[in-house]
Amino acid sequence: MPSVLVTESTPIPTLVDERSLAQRLAPSRGVFERVRALGNEREVSSEQLDVVEEVLLRSDVGVLTTNAVLEELRTNGAPEGVAAAVRSTMLNSLRADRTTSTMAEAGRVPVWLFVGVNGVGKTTTIGKLAQRHHDQGRSVLLAAGDTFRAAAADQLEQWATRTGSDIVRANEGADPGSVVHDAIGRASARGVDIVLADTAGRRANSTNLLDELSKVRRVADRAPGQVVETLLVLDATTGQNALSQAREFLGAAGVTGIVLTKLDGTARGGIVIAIERELEIPVKFVGVGEGVDDLIVFSPAEFVDSLLGA
Amino acid sequence: MFDALSERFERLSTSLRSRGRLSDADLDAALADVRSALLEADVELGVVRAFLDAVRERLDGEALSQSLSPGQQVIKAVHEQLIEVLGGTPLKITYEAKPPTVVLLAGLQGAGKTTAAAKLAAWFKQQGRQPYLVAADLQRPAAVEQLRVLAGQIGVDVFSEASNPIDVARKGVAEATRLGRDVVIIDTAGRLAIDEGLMKEVRGISAATTPKYTFLVIDAVTGQDAVATARSFHEALELSGLIVTKLDYDARGGAVLSARGVVGRPVVFASTGEKLADFDLFYPDRMASRILGMGDVMSLIEQAERTMDPDIVAASAGRMMSGTFTLDDFLAQLNQVRKMGSLGGLMKLMPGVTKEMRTAASNVDEGELNRVEAIVRSMTPLERRDPSVIDGSRRTRIAKGSATSVSAVNQLLKQFSEMRKMMRQMGNGGSPALPGGLGKMASLAARGAGRGEALPAGFEALGQGMASAASAPRGGGGKNKKKKGGRVTPPKQR
Repeated sequence: MPSVLVTESTPIPTLVDERSLAQRLAPSRGVFERVRALGNEREVSSEQLDVVEEVLLRSDVGVLTTNAVLEELRTNGAPEGVAAAVRSTMLNSLRADRTTSTMAEAGRVPVWLFVGVNGVGKTTTIGKLAQRHHDQGRSVLLAAGDTFRAAAADQLEQWATRTGSDIVRANEGADPGSVVHDAIGRASARGVDIVLADTAGRRANSTNLLDELSKVRRVADRAPGQVVETLLVLDATTGQNALSQAREFLGAAGVTGIVLTKLDGTARGGIVIAIERELEIPVKFVGVGEGVDDLIVFSPAEFVDSLLGA
Repeated sequence: MFDALSERFERLSTSLRSRGRLSDADLDAALADVRSALLEADVELGVVRAFLDAVRERLDGEALSQSLSPGQQVIKAVHEQLIEVLGGTPLKITYEAKPPTVVLLAGLQGAGKTTAAAKLAAWFKQQGRQPYLVAADLQRPAAVEQLRVLAGQIGVDVFSEASNPIDVARKGVAEATRLGRDVVIIDTAGRLAIDEGLMKEVRGISAATTPKYTFLVIDAVTGQDAVATARSFHEALELSGLIVTKLDYDARGGAVLSARGVVGRPVVFASTGEKLADFDLFYPDRMASRILGMGDVMSLIEQAERTMDPDIVAASAGRMMSGTFTLDDFLAQLNQVRKMGSLGGLMKLMPGVTKEMRTAASNVDEGELNRVEAIVRSMTPLERRDPSVIDGSRRTRIAKGSATSVSAVNQLLKQFSEMRKMMRQMGNGGSPALPGGLGKMASLAARGAGRGEALPAGFEALGQGMASAASAPRGGGGKNKKKKGGRVTPPKQR
């Protein structure tokens, strides 16, 4: 048998007709054929269920969540149409509070801490958010807490220059907690409005690496309530492992939200629905490119539409 | 990485085994289970379908086996199919008659190209080649600097300049030729497969440097998108193969199967950790065995052979058996083991190692190893030969010298003495079976790890290292090793 299993690329079927996030996100979305106008049904046919299953699975929503959606369709039918039923089921899973906080108690500097595995775009996300805070009139200090990866601090420093932010950095191999501590000290001395703290990418299946992160979190939150957001940066191309990443980082660092990056490619990032269903961690921002402005606030409706093939 | 998939197949195998003969309905149910397992492992849906069709075809053509149970028969078919898809025979790296041999790396942002480039350079160096790195990622801030730092650690030169990626690549190859380097590895910027501008650029780099090998670097945690990415890069660059990264994550790694399944080119290298040594050729057949929970003995043995100095190992093993093993030997062993890369990565390759043990091993603090080394290095030669002379004041001095505490020194000495006592018993027992004895040691170390007891990390490392060293010279040691793997299973933690 040949080693090539699949030669034809089959487009993912689409469930809805609106185009919204799709157009803003990527040219790739445009190629999805509008294969089906799924009708209004009391009972959903098995063919329709197959289409729904395919759309969800190929968006990385995962087997469990997909089965839950299918079960609901089987039980309740789809009086408003299959697409609408799926859409509302998905939106029901995306109901967490996704406001972000930029204020700490009086006299304390608010800190946003960024965590995640290697290569998801933590440093780039910080650069973009620095710009965003800057545009909203806040002064920003970046803490180069990734003291492990070669040249990570250099990368962050370039973002600091680009966005007009202050930066605190240390040598490679330095204690990340001490970098964050120094950053907060300097921020409060200078009256900076917000600290964005980078951390090294780490796999989520190592207790030691997670313990180290917990320590950074504790140092940053020495004056309790100072860390107002802990954002898990998640790559939209990630598959089911994202769920265990979210679970572990939630346990180690008390994640308050997700930044879903690289959504400008062909990946759809459906796993965040499973994450929000299971762990109630809301997606707060979405990264859609490498430019400094390519970061938008997450909108559940637009996301679900794009997931369903709009 | 494929652990969960293996577990699933194991369950599947048990449930089928209990039923006796295989009916059509049983086969449907079994394959439905395999389907879920593959999907949960992030194998792309289209690839899953094609894979299951192939398995079904394989089984349809076969008469029901009299010797195998139905469950075994399904597993066997799945296993064989996995081997076929994962690659059949691995790609053998050869070199251009007229150097340099150019290797181009491409992939999405964050897949690990820069780290892979440095690891690949280290690998070529180990093959006796003179690699040269070209940093053509001018997009990501500080990417060039990152490559320079990593290359510095392995003593390889890096070429780059602030022009454009195509020029950098072309000049880099020319510079390598001038310097007489025989392998050039070009690191490129991460790019999305749908970014036409950047894909055109990487085609330009390829055209300007005519690489012998073009590898797509792909992340083992990738989901369904692995297929779209692999296909687009293959269309643009005609890949020679894949390099899979982040195999040390707990992801199930179905992306490997997906990408392989659509481009039909082999996975050539696998990266299994953050250290530069955590990188090796990818062995499809072994990976298939690993998927099914059979362990990857051969990789471990080769890794051990490559990094363990046989003289040092043999000399101290001899002293071990005679009961005159010293702290100097211990230190030498420890350093041999550390050369092999992280313990977590090592443990992953061993068969019969349970999830709990792997977690324990991946949590062995490398800092703890440093402390153990510091303690031994703070001892005088006499103390290392004969720890019994170490009295209270010596302990205090050693603790101070190593910046540890007296209790840490005590703990190390106590463990060392117990270890030596045990070795002496083994020696006196006249057991000629070196591996057997070492297996016990590994087992002792592993029990400590399993219970999370205060066994110094160095001893665990030593136990594991010796066990693998012992099996290294034994050509067909696979089976043997596996049994021993069974014995090192720690008591279940509940």
